[in-house]
Amino acid sequence: MMSDLTWIFVSSMVVNNFTLMLFLGLCPFLGVSGKIDTALRMGAANTFVLLITAMAVWALNTFVLPYAPYLRLIAFIIVIASLVQIVEMVIKKLSPALFRALGIYLPLITTNCAILALAIFQTNRSYTFLQGLVFALGSGAGLALALVLMASIRESVELADVPAVAKGTALVLMIAGSLSLAFMGFAGLLSSS
Amino acid sequence: MAELSCHASMMTTSKDAPPREDLAKGLWRQNPVLVHLLGLCPTLAVTNSVANSVVMGVATFFVLVGSSFLVSTVRRWIPNEIRIASYILIIATFVTVAEFGLQALVPDIYKALGPFVALIVVNCIILGRQEAFAGRNPVGRSVLDAVGMGAGFMLALLIMGSVREVLGSGTFLSVSLFGPRYEPWVIFVLPPGGFFTLAFVLLAVAWHKQRQTARARARATDEAVLVERVA
Repeated sequence: MMSDLTWIFVSSMVVNNFTLMLFLGLCPFLGVSGKIDTALRMGAANTFVLLITAMAVWALNTFVLPYAPYLRLIAFIIVIASLVQIVEMVIKKLSPALFRALGIYLPLITTNCAILALAIFQTNRSYTFLQGLVFALGSGAGLALALVLMASIRESVELADVPAVAKGTALVLMIAGSLSLAFMGFAGLLSSS
Repeated sequence: MAELSCHASMMTTSKDAPPREDLAKGLWRQNPVLVHLLGLCPTLAVTNSVANSVVMGVATFFVLVGSSFLVSTVRRWIPNEIRIASYILIIATFVTVAEFGLQALVPDIYKALGPFVALIVVNCIILGRQEAFAGRNPVGRSVLDAVGMGAGFMLALLIMGSVREVLGSGTFLSVSLFGPRYEPWVIFVLPPGGFFTLAFVLLAVAWHKQRQTARARARATDEAVLVERVA
């Protein structure tokens, strides 16, 4: 049981890293990876929303969707979006400091494909409540790791002499490709475990 | 670099553009992927073969055209405050239809595409077109616009898919191109290849644009010199 959970965590964090291996959540990866500080906060906010999603999806899958499987997509989207909105309001009320650190990212994240993808993966693999939470935690850590790695590389190439055509997204994609190449090395963990 | 957050206020068109322009702009000049960098997740994730790219392109095209038609038809009855939620509901409905359709028609490719069929819901191109165009334009123009943008998305996917399958497997639509002695460049069908291919495609587009502006500027100065001489 324990090793099972560890395996889910490692697999979702590095072996099947959401951003670098599955191309999920690319908008924040390309958009807000300019500074390490922002990247860290974005990663934390993402993990937070993923955890909420995992709980909501587990509840939906257990109590609602067996009766209406064709409503799966619509239910996921509506429930996740409204839940994040509610949590945002609660945080704003309870902890203004936390809200200032994460708040502006929360609405953006709801429309992120990583969130819906987590819901779908969790359903397809029929994870239990605990497995789902660990999966969300691992995926969130993976997203944060990718964001921070990208931000630190971008901070160092900021002053590099790059040809004008390659500046911007093309350069970021090249870096992402190299990072992804490096992460492929983790695939070995799968067969050895 | 421009912020790539998936907001939808971009890509507006002037009120009295001719119908041809509604259709044509999405293909190249305002191509959603190559110019506006929207919908990158599917562009990278499912383009490891031409067949996958085509099926994904057709599914997205169907959802985009269907939602644009419906949104534009009912746009007068959607209250402004809940328009985004309504758009998402409409889109999610069409995606569910597309999901069941693909599952029935091409089960193998449906399996290969994995979660990315369902993820058409969060493709920014679709919500973007509803917000920027279909929500405020008549049905005919909205459908033309959706057809153009959908075709532009398919074009981008096809470019990506062709490059990746030809280099990465040495085949095109599973037909071998270079004979048995070709050593496939496997990295191109794996995730890093997606990033690299898109980087090079964007580089080519940027380079093309740079040359065009340079040429236009050269022509302008030539004309200025000519005018001066004549005077």
